[in-house]
Amino acid sequence: MRPFTRLTALACPLPFMGVDTDQLIPARFMSRPRSEGYGDFLLYDRRRDDAGDLDPAFPINDPDRAGAEILVAQRNFGGGSSREAAVYALVDAGFRTVIAPTFGDIFANNAVNNGLLPARVPEADGEAILAAIAGGLREITVDLETQEITAGEIRTSFEIDPISRKKLLNGWDDLDLTQSYADDIAGFAKADAARRPFAHLVNIPRSD
Amino acid sequence: MVSHTSASDAPKTLFDKVWDDHVVATREDGAALLWIDRHFVHEGSHHAFRKIAERGAKVAHPELTFGVADHYVPTRTRDLSAVDHAVADMVARLSDNCAANGVRLFGLDDPRQGIVHVVGPEQGLTLPGLSMVCGDSHTSTHGAFGALAFGIGASEVAHVLLTQTLWQRQPKRLKIRVDGAMAPGATAKDLALTIIARIGADGAHGHAIEFAGSTVEALSMEGRLTLCNLSIESGGRCGMIAPDDTTFAYLAGRPFAPAGEALERAMSYWRTLPSDPDAAFDREIVLDGGEVVPIVTWGISPEDALPVTETVPDPNRIADPARAAHAREAVGYMGLVPGQKLTDVAVDRVFIGSCTNSRIEDLRAAAAILAGRKARVPGLVSPGSSQIKRQAEEEGLAEIFTAAGLDWVESGCSMCVGMNGDLVAAGERCASTTNRNFKGRQGKGARTHLMSPAMVAAAAVTGHLADVRTLLRETV
Ligand code: SF4
Repeated sequence: MRPFTRLTALACPLPFMGVDTDQLIPARFMSRPRSEGYGDFLLYDRRRDDAGDLDPAFPINDPDRAGAEILVAQRNFGGGSSREAAVYALVDAGFRTVIAPTFGDIFANNAVNNGLLPARVPEADGEAILAAIAGGLREITVDLETQEITAGEIRTSFEIDPISRKKLLNGWDDLDLTQSYADDIAGFAKADAARRPFAHLVNIPRSD
Repeated sequence: MVSHTSASDAPKTLFDKVWDDHVVATREDGAALLWIDRHFVHEGSHHAFRKIAERGAKVAHPELTFGVADHYVPTRTRDLSAVDHAVADMVARLSDNCAANGVRLFGLDDPRQGIVHVVGPEQGLTLPGLSMVCGDSHTSTHGAFGALAFGIGASEVAHVLLTQTLWQRQPKRLKIRVDGAMAPGATAKDLALTIIARIGADGAHGHAIEFAGSTVEALSMEGRLTLCNLSIESGGRCGMIAPDDTTFAYLAGRPFAPAGEALERAMSYWRTLPSDPDAAFDREIVLDGGEVVPIVTWGISPEDALPVTETVPDPNRIADPARAAHAREAVGYMGLVPGQKLTDVAVDRVFIGSCTNSRIEDLRAAAAILAGRKARVPGLVSPGSSQIKRQAEEEGLAEIFTAAGLDWVESGCSMCVGMNGDLVAAGERCASTTNRNFKGRQGKGARTHLMSPAMVAAAAVTGHLADVRTLLRETV
């Protein structure tokens, strides 16, 4: 995975509270293979009007913000369904970080597993950044080493749990790391089957 | 068997006891590698199966992995050749992936098929003290048994398929204590929505919730499952309830639960799991059960919930600008008028189903209101499992639904998420026993009001959001 260290890039506002994963990608697109690319499905129903045409007033449709890599949203971003497709849609649309006061837990895990940084800022700072963007601010710098965001005049630190931070900084994939624990896992399973037999379904025939 | 009662142990919460018993290894940064006891996969798990196939690998522990066809299954027919081919493909792909990996599948034609979070408990796969995951956020449901159960994304599903483990950081502990009897007509659903409205849709963010207190203890297993199911809607990592005699009575005799001496042995361990009296929580919230009344959602987040006797909020009277903007967006999307009485809101259809409220007790509660009455609007009733479907038919509940004019269909996720084509049309308003009133959740432009099964039944017979208590009085 591509490591995330420091990013200076165009920012796009998404000034809504509770942009849940059903909005980020409607359920009907999730049967597609990832190789087809999920970027076009991002906020599919939100960014279109009733006739299905792109709504020019919706922030991420603004041609002036095309190519943005930083998304700035409000409270409870990515709550709801565990669909990792919500992260695929953001990543495939070119976003590398989302700045918001709070994130859905599962979304945040999924994001980190795909190299997307969920940066948690105090609500007041988030609002200030959105106001600055509304006032014409274009580029924002997000530094994961120092956990700082610079948005014009605004300087604020952001929160991310240390484990996610380390994974993002190094571009780590959990699986590679876990392989080195194979012996611990086998040892645990063996001892645990004796300790908690009910958990291991040892006596359940496979042929039911 | 491990014991948690030794005097040398520092006081621990239920969550800590279960967590500690699953730690395979701990990394220096604090991440723990957890052993996973039960892993459920469904049609949506295809991304993860593809990931492991790309590595040329197979499922490491197929005996602990269970496939359930639910998200995409058709409910009006079981003939896949008669449905949209994209939907049929998803169901078939799950069968193929399970077969290729030796994973047991509760498939479309299996008498045990149903919604994954209904089937797990029903089959005795859900047990106290287990660690359980599924690529579905409502996996929190299984915490009702005192299991550590949470939803995961596709990368994590692939990780569990390959290793039967998962790296996790410890969440904080939140205790939600509710004591006393709830108001008449109030159910576990009303309790859950009351909690979410109180603490917010992200109020339990980063926390493992333990529900405790006499109100919670008095709930049946069905009620507890509803409560834990909705813990994700307050942003909780998981929700748990200490196992007790209600739990043990429910699981005894279930196909995958231990029996005989093995059950005795397991029970002596399970009895050590409840939180120690002086165990410390990071946060504690106390609620009076008497405050819990029949409640409905009016907006586009489960936190937008109010007692059914209230009126639609006026965004202009909300001081916080971000919250006022949210309320404006919600009222606009829902097509409501600020100040309007909630009981004056007419509905176009009803849905009874989903992993939140589709168990036998839920169907009985709805049928009690519908018996001898006619629904004024069309509606769908999809039982939580094929087994519940048979039971409801035997009990005569199915007849009550059809006599009232509602459609009685097969089991699946159905109109909770609309993946199988059971959709609410744009602009239509649906009174629903489900868990998410998100924009577009039940279909593009669909307007969802969440409430208990009895309240949905009340909406069906009156044609508008209604206070079930008025109908209860008429019944007696
Ligand atoms: S019923 Fe709804 S919430 Fe439950 S598992 Fe199915 S789609 Fe998810």
